Amino acid sequence: MHALLLLHTVSMTTVFIPSLLRKLTGGKDRTTARGATVREIIEDLERQFPGFRDRVIENGDLTGSIAVSVNGEISAEGLHEAVPDESEIHFVPAIGGG
Amino acid sequence: MKKVHVQITLNGEETEFLCEPRQSLLEVLRDVLGYTGTKEGCLTGDCGACSVIMDGRPIDSCLVLGIEAEGKEITTVEGLADGDTLHPLQKKFLEHAALQCGICTPGFLVTSKALLDRNPNPTEHEIRYALAGNLCRCTGYDKIVRAVQDAASQMQGR
Amino acid sequence: MAARQEHKFKVIGTRPIRHDGVDKVTGRAQYGADIDLAGLLHGKTLRSSHAHANIKSIDTSAAEALSGVKAVITAQDFPNIEPGMAQMGELPVNPQHMSLNCIARDKVLYDGHVVAAVVATSPHIAEEALKLIKVDYEVLPHVQNVMDAMNDDAPILLPGLGKGDDGEPKDTNVANHVQFERGDIAAGFAAAEVIVEREFDTSMVHQGYIEPHNSVAQYSSDGQSTIWVSTQGAFTARDQTAMVLDMPASKIKVVPAEIGGGFGGKIPIYFEPISLILSKKTGKPVKMVMSRAEVLKATGPTPGSHIRVKMGADKDGKITAAEVWMAYEAGGFPGSPVGAGCMTIITPYDIENLKIDGYDVLVNKPKTAAYRAPGSTNAAMGSETVIDELAEKLGIDPLEFRRINGAKEGTAQAAGPKFGRIGYLETVEAAKTSDHFKSELPQVEGRRVGRGVASGFWFNAGFQSSATVAINSDGTANVVTGSIDIGGTRASCAMIAAEVLGLTAEEVHPVVADTESIGHTDMTGGSRVTFATGTAVYDAAQDVLSQLKERAAKSWKVETDQVTFQDGVFTCTTNGNESMTLKELSGKLPRTGGPVMGRASVNPRGVGPAFATHVVDVAVDEETGKVDILRYTAVQDVGTAIHPSYVEGQMQGGVAQGIGWALNEEYVYGDDGRLQNAGFLDYRMPTCLDLPMIETVLVEVPNPGHPVGVRGVGEVPIIPPPAAIANAIYSATGVRMADLPMSPPRLCKAILEKNG
Repeated sequence: MHALLLLHTVSMTTVFIPSLLRKLTGGKDRTTARGATVREIIEDLERQFPGFRDRVIENGDLTGSIAVSVNGEISAEGLHEAVPDESEIHFVPAIGGG
Repeated sequence: MKKVHVQITLNGEETEFLCEPRQSLLEVLRDVLGYTGTKEGCLTGDCGACSVIMDGRPIDSCLVLGIEAEGKEITTVEGLADGDTLHPLQKKFLEHAALQCGICTPGFLVTSKALLDRNPNPTEHEIRYALAGNLCRCTGYDKIVRAVQDAASQMQGR
Repeated sequence: MAARQEHKFKVIGTRPIRHDGVDKVTGRAQYGADIDLAGLLHGKTLRSSHAHANIKSIDTSAAEALSGVKAVITAQDFPNIEPGMAQMGELPVNPQHMSLNCIARDKVLYDGHVVAAVVATSPHIAEEALKLIKVDYEVLPHVQNVMDAMNDDAPILLPGLGKGDDGEPKDTNVANHVQFERGDIAAGFAAAEVIVEREFDTSMVHQGYIEPHNSVAQYSSDGQSTIWVSTQGAFTARDQTAMVLDMPASKIKVVPAEIGGGFGGKIPIYFEPISLILSKKTGKPVKMVMSRAEVLKATGPTPGSHIRVKMGADKDGKITAAEVWMAYEAGGFPGSPVGAGCMTIITPYDIENLKIDGYDVLVNKPKTAAYRAPGSTNAAMGSETVIDELAEKLGIDPLEFRRINGAKEGTAQAAGPKFGRIGYLETVEAAKTSDHFKSELPQVEGRRVGRGVASGFWFNAGFQSSATVAINSDGTANVVTGSIDIGGTRASCAMIAAEVLGLTAEEVHPVVADTESIGHTDMTGGSRVTFATGTAVYDAAQDVLSQLKERAAKSWKVETDQVTFQDGVFTCTTNGNESMTLKELSGKLPRTGGPVMGRASVNPRGVGPAFATHVVDVAVDEETGKVDILRYTAVQDVGTAIHPSYVEGQMQGGVAQGIGWALNEEYVYGDDGRLQNAGFLDYRMPTCLDLPMIETVLVEVPNPGHPVGVRGVGEVPIIPPPAAIANAIYSATGVRMADLPMSPPRLCKAILEKNG
């Protein structure tokens, strides 16, 4: 019951495709995906564009060089980060400061 | 290596130590006498972190051998305060936020004291000239120069 | 516009004496190299003088035989770490590369790479022993320039490491490729009135902290180890050391000593695992301190780079397209900040059509580390000088050009995400109305004078922090955090707690704890401490406050919601005039339920980016190429300034480092691949005499993502100086400098070429 409810309330998120992964999307620079977390969004992208997951996930976590921005904020929780309705997602380089 | 007996006046106290001829005054102060307020930054006389006053002159203690200090009067950062009372330079460094990490601070304080001892009323240029042998990587020197100016004013009773 | 906003705060925004100040002006503060323990031994390392070589064999027998030598170790004494990635805080690390950078196993990748270590009863004996170690090398061809290293026939540093853009393995020195592309750059350039395209070369530079790296390690026979070290992150040092030594992190306690500067360079580990292995071998505590030459040769500088920037603008000054290509030196192992370079280079501007390519390239130089807004300063040298040229060609004032194009809330960054509330345009406006910008350019006899401006952007950071706040019986508070204090964060954290609790700054005692005395806290870096640890302290102080309200309610026998707190006084809203100060209540804690301690652990969102706009006047001696800085003003959106003196200090220090980067600092390598200037005499950092006073304008646009509006201030001020000075040199001489540093010989040559 609970899970069903969740499924119904998840709406579409806009995902911006990094330019080096656009070969997988036939050149599309953005798409919509469904999911309540970053992991679910990536699973949906994998369904749409086979091979996508392996370019962003390594050993069960985001690859070292990639971070995910959800609505302008770098996700602190990685794949577990919650994705609210109508979100915008970008894959960006992971960086550190000095 | 055979050690040599050396006698100095350190921060006003008669002090004796034994050191190897190859040990620098910096090494003696820090590792033999335990005065670790004097810092090591380069060991080539370029950064001034190891500045102490020897017979009234600021010197890089990394470039002086321990045995060369025989009979000399040495002042380190530990000798600036009078008991509980900070030297005006120490107070002004704090008030002006003239330190960040603080590693260069002992060297700047000691060199500034040597400057004010011989020139109580230096211009900004004279301060910058006197402190040019001390590197600070955190502050950009602005607040250090202002602290020295303010300390000079205070010591002049202005 | 008033640059400063009126505060509603009592402590925040004031300038108390820092809590660790007296210790630091009296010589009492204990830095890593000051630690002494009974039976202390001294370790030294043998380093390769080859830039690239295979290690065929190492013979340590003669060194071991020297009187006073207690042990000699090589990589064979370290666990062989398998390839892979691990998360450390928010950042990915490669434990194998970390291990091989601490001590080389099969091959050396740069001049200064550690190959063996000796421990002896004195540092002098250890040094003598190093000369007795025989290493048989097979010298390999080396490559030190990014453009050469990207060639197909370049010597490969780490075979099997690289990946092509298709994600397939490939033998290459390109460790990573970052790309952003949006809009239609061809159409953008077609719509431009003017287009400027230039190429830039910038040199590798070092953070230049005055305190060399150090480590004191004590291995205990029960398997627990302690390391005293000057590091930017106690937990970061512990976790890296545990990875390299394949130990559980909990077996190591890191006690952070005072730190003599870091700027990003004291995030990686170097001597921590070596000193620990030496201690384990000898059963004695071991101290290791680097020489300055070791620091320069083999700790992490920030990369040199090759950058191409092409930008177009229409006649109204609107940027129509930008195309950027950059390659950064990673050093011997992957991980240059080229991603950050790509994400910052044109990000102060709203640009619809752009393409940015960035390459992380292995070269036979030390593994680079973070340095204050890593990757951004060299990037801004490219973009901010091209923008100056576009503005000039269009006859538009350079600050007005920046106003026309400047990013604001809702603008998409180069990497895509949109900005929240930022204060870039406010910095441009404040620069325009500054005394400096409105003043006449000073004249200097025999010199050409000029003025330049430039801007910079840095993200700032959140990451994990923990804090506890405990109330003392005399009504004061102790604040414990795990954040290393490099430039006044004890003071800023104490002030935030004081503000919440209605205390003075002096009534709060801040402590930096070791890794067994506080919850996990990421490193001091990314301008994060006053933001993230400040948030933890704020939350912990609020926790204390709500507990104190409960105690007050209990003593008055009312409900907690009937107690209010203001200006250090608890008041009961129902019983009318009943009130009690925090001090009075603190004395009653034992009889109202015991001690009160608040705690908070955070990984906060709401990071507020930083922007800066700088103005500089220079005087150029055309005979010698020497540049004097006549006047310098740094304008910055600092968010809420907690302790304005230390905010100004961060800005002034960043500017001074940026001026050094602009005019003098560079790594000079010989054809033999060896560093030619591994000392402060020849690696020429600015002295007191090289700089004027550095004026600061604090623009405070509070960060809505932080309880008191903190953004983070430490990094962005290093970004604009090289570009601002290049623009000023152009205004003085008519020469557009494209390489860093703009040292006297380079500038002299450029002036001679221009004058024919």
